[in-house]
Amino acid sequence: MKILKLPKEKLDLFASVVQQFGELHAPVEQDGKYVFKRLMRWSDARLEYDRTILPPKKYFLPPRETLFRYRPGEGFVPHTEGLDQRIILFGVHACDVYAINILDRVFAGKYPDPYYQARRKHIAIIGIDCSPDKHCFCRSMRADFVDHGFDLFFYDTGDYYQALVGTALGDDMVLATGSLFEPVDGTDIDDYKRRSWNKRRAFQLEVEIRDLPEIFEMEYQSEIWEELGEKCLSCGSCSMVCPTCYCYDVADHVELGSRAGRRARSWDSCLFASHALVASGENFRGPRASRIKFRFYHKQRGFVAEYGRPSCVGCGRCISACPVGIDVVQVIDRLRRVQDVASR
Amino acid sequence: MLLADEVATHHPVLSANPYQPHLARIVRIHKMVENNYLFTLRFAEDHLARAFRHQPGQFIMLSVPGVGEMPISVSSSPSRPEVLELCVRRVGRVTNALYRMRTNDVVGVRGPYGNGYPMQEIMGNDLLLAAGGLGMAPLRSLLWYALDHRDKFHNITLMYGAKRPDDMLFREELLALVDRTDINCLLTVDADDSGTWKNHVGLLPTLFDHAKIDPLRTYAAVCGPPVVYKFILQRLLDLGFPKNRILMSLERRMKCGVGKCGHCSIGYKYTCLQGPIFTYWDAINLPEMI
Repeated sequence: MKILKLPKEKLDLFASVVQQFGELHAPVEQDGKYVFKRLMRWSDARLEYDRTILPPKKYFLPPRETLFRYRPGEGFVPHTEGLDQRIILFGVHACDVYAINILDRVFAGKYPDPYYQARRKHIAIIGIDCSPDKHCFCRSMRADFVDHGFDLFFYDTGDYYQALVGTALGDDMVLATGSLFEPVDGTDIDDYKRRSWNKRRAFQLEVEIRDLPEIFEMEYQSEIWEELGEKCLSCGSCSMVCPTCYCYDVADHVELGSRAGRRARSWDSCLFASHALVASGENFRGPRASRIKFRFYHKQRGFVAEYGRPSCVGCGRCISACPVGIDVVQVIDRLRRVQDVASR
Repeated sequence: MLLADEVATHHPVLSANPYQPHLARIVRIHKMVENNYLFTLRFAEDHLARAFRHQPGQFIMLSVPGVGEMPISVSSSPSRPEVLELCVRRVGRVTNALYRMRTNDVVGVRGPYGNGYPMQEIMGNDLLLAAGGLGMAPLRSLLWYALDHRDKFHNITLMYGAKRPDDMLFREELLALVDRTDINCLLTVDADDSGTWKNHVGLLPTLFDHAKIDPLRTYAAVCGPPVVYKFILQRLLDLGFPKNRILMSLERRMKCGVGKCGHCSIGYKYTCLQGPIFTYWDAINLPEMI
């Protein structure tokens, strides 16, 4: 992969040049937390953020999205507005890029989702380095580094950002800046390695995922699921903030006083009581315990069977979002019967 | 009326859109049983009507414009193309809206989806179809497929049970099969108040007394409410059926039909992609399947 470096003080300049490739969006501060938002000025960007409330999936799978408009005599006409809007997501963490790579696989396959694909094609991603906080366990989930899925990725090596160039578009962005970027030499690579070493040591949270399929297979009847069911409020917060939760509901909305309308999809959660409810009244996952169990099994076990790895990337959002303190790391640890959790 | 082909031309960004419903006209509404009508559809696009092919056991996503979309199994056989027959029970919001529609009204159809019955595996074997109640809807596709390719199968047995004669789906056409000698068509009702029923009376499993089944050379396709599965599956196991020769058709909530929306997942599988036809072995090995 092409590696370059950018003096830190030139980042502003880079940001102003890169806007010719699309509307600039980045994390900005909102009530003490961070959200990905369109930048009104570069100084609003907060590149040293912990995590955004919602992951970047909102750009590729919007919380609400019209799929079709329907009019009598016209049928279902796809709604394509905004699908080809050029956006640059500046400042995406490695775990979130990894999550988008996972969504890429879900929305491809035998029936590629054209809405997702169109957005993915038109939205550029510029990744940025980060430091783990107390909820981060991306390294455990093998998502602390991404080798694809971004156009450019900036690593903080002190005076410079080292830039991994991931795509031809990323390369064009570099070229558009003229001579802002410099080549790297052996010393720079050593700086990079040092940065990686320091980052790895900074993780406070660790979870061993190697035997997850085996453990989950054995613990299907564990009493832990009933306990979690008692505790869980079925609020769905964990699904909403999860960068790889993709369940959606579809509903037709009729315009008042006419027979025209639109078909739209919106984020859904397997923790909601209606998720597996069918018209006859039968609910295949009625009890709350069965729903939270399903969420854990689908993420940590089912995905391994289907895609070769858990869909969790260790971003820590569900831990910080859960109103009753359900903690995925603690659940996995307990399933594993790890006694010594005091070291955290 | 914009046809899907024209829509694709106008919206090249979404030219291959798996969510695009194709318009279809209701050509017949047959009031088979109260709240279980048979809707016959034909695609508005003539080339689609001719080209559409499904496997027995597959389903389509049916749109009632302005109300919603739902998965419905195809009751007609691919050996009788050009129209689609859907047996729909009036049970929810979208089916209620469908029941308010009339002949020549337009609905949306996309599909077919799901795996369908493994026809290549079944061919050359005996075939046992066992259905209770509405379970006849997906099996009817398989039934006519087998009868229309009769030389590809050995013995064919149908066991179908309904509560009363008036509740029997496809009653006239199934009664017409009773006299045929190339199929052992066994029909039973739990009770007959009318006194006109000439076939069996008794619960579905009693039909096993009238059938000759060789479990090692038979595929059994079972469909019905939970009580049917409960008694028929046990009976088949008692007979010595290998669990991968018992085929079940499952239903789940579905919003997309193409493995994205997440609702139909059972354990680690999507009913819409890896199902809706599962072997009994799959069933007992997937959490929450039954």
